Amino acid sequence: MCGIIGVINRVRSVMDGSGIKKALSLMNERGSGEGAGYVGYGIYPDFADCYALHVFYDNLVEPKKKVDNLLEKWGRIVHQEEIPTYERPNLRKQHIPWRYFYKPHKDLMVGSSTPEDDLVKNLVMDINSCIEGALVFSSGINLGVFKAAGWPEDVADFYRIQDYKGYIWLAHNRYPTNTPGWWGGAHPFNLLDWSVVHNGEITSYGTNRQYVESNGYKCTMFTDTEVVAYLFDLLGRRHGLSEDLVVKALAPPFWDEIDTMTERDKKLNLAMRLTYGSAQMNGPFAIIVATSQSIVGFTDRIKLRPLVVGENGDKLYISSEEAAIRIMDPKVQNIRMPRAGEPVVGRLIV
Amino acid sequence: MTLGSVPLRYKVSIDRDQCMQCMRCVDNCSYGVYRVEGDNILIDSRKCTACHRCISMCPRDAIILQERPVDYRSHPLWTAQTREDIINQARTGKILLAGMGNALEYPIIFDRLVLDACQVTNPSIDPLREPMELRTYIGKKPARLEFRKNDQGDVELATELAPNLKLETPIMIGHMSYGAISLNTQLSLAKAVKAMGTFMGTGEGGMHKSLHPYQDHTIVQVASGRFGVDIDYLERGAAIEIKIGQGAKPGIGGHLPGEKVCVDVSCTRMIPLGSDAISPAPHHDIYSIEDLAQLVRSLKEATEWKKPVFVKIAAVHNVAAIAAGIARSSADAVVIDGFRGGTGAAPKVFRDNVGIPIEAAIAAVDQKLNDQGIRNEVSIIASGGIRNSADLAKSIALGADAVYIGTAALIALGCRVCGNCYRGLCPWGIATQRQDLVERIDPDIGAKNVANLIHAWTLELSELMGAAGLNSIESLRGNRDRLRGYMLDEGLMKVLNVKPVGA
Repeated sequence: MCGIIGVINRVRSVMDGSGIKKALSLMNERGSGEGAGYVGYGIYPDFADCYALHVFYDNLVEPKKKVDNLLEKWGRIVHQEEIPTYERPNLRKQHIPWRYFYKPHKDLMVGSSTPEDDLVKNLVMDINSCIEGALVFSSGINLGVFKAAGWPEDVADFYRIQDYKGYIWLAHNRYPTNTPGWWGGAHPFNLLDWSVVHNGEITSYGTNRQYVESNGYKCTMFTDTEVVAYLFDLLGRRHGLSEDLVVKALAPPFWDEIDTMTERDKKLNLAMRLTYGSAQMNGPFAIIVATSQSIVGFTDRIKLRPLVVGENGDKLYISSEEAAIRIMDPKVQNIRMPRAGEPVVGRLIV
Repeated sequence: MTLGSVPLRYKVSIDRDQCMQCMRCVDNCSYGVYRVEGDNILIDSRKCTACHRCISMCPRDAIILQERPVDYRSHPLWTAQTREDIINQARTGKILLAGMGNALEYPIIFDRLVLDACQVTNPSIDPLREPMELRTYIGKKPARLEFRKNDQGDVELATELAPNLKLETPIMIGHMSYGAISLNTQLSLAKAVKAMGTFMGTGEGGMHKSLHPYQDHTIVQVASGRFGVDIDYLERGAAIEIKIGQGAKPGIGGHLPGEKVCVDVSCTRMIPLGSDAISPAPHHDIYSIEDLAQLVRSLKEATEWKKPVFVKIAAVHNVAAIAAGIARSSADAVVIDGFRGGTGAAPKVFRDNVGIPIEAAIAAVDQKLNDQGIRNEVSIIASGGIRNSADLAKSIALGADAVYIGTAALIALGCRVCGNCYRGLCPWGIATQRQDLVERIDPDIGAKNVANLIHAWTLELSELMGAAGLNSIESLRGNRDRLRGYMLDEGLMKVLNVKPVGA
């Protein structure tokens, strides 16, 4: 099952984490107390030009030394510290959450049009696949993921997410069937600027995984959701597709619909399906993806998972449940349910 | 009665109480098993091939067929077949010929792979109520799309797509030439693929004019003998296939005996009447991968880059690297033919011992192309021993885009896999050019049967996909996650990149 919610303030006004915590906790029927998480954008104004790397360490002896060495080899650690946590009766520290504010040496990366991003991406892949006892679970600029195995309110209080202020928040309430209890298995999943929360199961995972791996990504988190983050990074950042087009690649229109389109649309959709067939996602899902510029919500092509949208002025909400939006913002308007595969996009306007 | 030095292979008898002496068995057997003396039907069992033509034509079910009624002393090493081959070669001093596919008892990998289905955590999809997409495009696809802004400021597509074949179902019929099979057989196949929105191969035998109405559904073949190839032929096909090798006989050429080269076959192949058509082992203009790339380009130039060009190779040990080389040429698809692939005639030692199974070949090629980031450069067409919709689904899950079927389509037309195709006497009118036998196939009825088969597999594939929670074929392709190996060894599972059952 799982419950998801996302909100963007399109003029960049910040919201503290208390609202999203309340909304997520309302959807406890959709979770099992074994995983919850949040991501906020714009939460690190003091380090606004640094990559914020959030790492789960099993201990601070061996893995951290290796990570520190690797990071220092490829860039400069501007600041590092343990992420402040406050243990709850139901939520004890299983890993040590650590954060680095990091500037990669872009001159060290050759053959890339986005050298800093590619450098950080490679570091994340290397650490996660090669350094035991370390897992980078957040790696974007001025954003951070906070997640653990527990109920939403406990996870929120564990990190005190009400102390962070962001203009975009995504959150996820997990009912795990795979890897329960593992902190790395909780959502959101993040890579660079991309964060993903996902309700469902991706039946095309084997195909999608093969596709991203053949493009230089490594799937290390034992769950199908991370592939969504990599697909968005590959198609959105490296191939330069707009959010609408990425969603079209991941949840394309049916051939029957394409056959009745105008010549121009037919040509475009045919090209999309042929080129990005291996990126197409199947199975039941509702997904919200965030970047520093926008949030995008969409479902599978026959809408086997719920998704509701609402607005209030500059704020756009996307969630599994209308009630979750309403408790966060009682004055919400224009509640609607998007059609299967139809992307809902909220972009910054400043 | 011919007296043989070896035990009978088959013993035919007639239940004389049932027999009404209608003589259909006598008329139908082209191998001469039956003859009439006075009021009696006499039987020469030694000539029987177990083709079942007489059995299927007998209105009284009066014919009884027994396999090896008198057998050799059993021995695990010196099997009956081994002994007979030696006796045969001691007598003739020749290479043994055989028809159909590999007849040794290798384990069948398909039967040790199981498919997945959804339960609870994700719903299965009912193809009767929800769309189910099997449409498949065969050809080169770009690695990524480029867009540009036009004068009005709208974003438009800048990438031009290469021509692709559009299949309504990922089942095509492989190359069986006119000459090897009869015209009525080819016509049946052609009508069937047209009805089903898919394609068939012409084989290396040119295209007879009665196939012209179906040319948009044919793939014309250019093989080492270049029989039947001219610009008209190339232009008629929807795609062109260069045949390098064949799964039933990797590394060697083809041989159509002169007896099968009648007037029509000679005209279509552009060879003299009654002459043996011998395709050399290599193409005499291809001695390396760059020569192949040149031929691909030449064929594309000749047809103005309007048609996809496929390259067919036999599945051999190094198939993955060879396919990667082909992917780097301008070729649009690589056809891999596994060691169980059928044939009209092949040296038995090749048919039974050379090459690798298609399952491993698909997986290895798909993996290699993915590792090199060039999977989009070519489509993968798998062939050689695809027996049913499960084999089809498993082939696609291992990484194929589509399959070619051959023997299965012939069985739909009557073939009983007797394996005597090379003798030109096929009583079902399939692997023969004798007019009275050819006429046993009515192309309209044959087409219906073949189309039924493709339709049935298509339905079953839809159900399998729906059960696995997939509603488009793209999501099954290369999805090894939805396969598990059952009683496969660890090494092979690594090659196939599948987990064991329970994992």
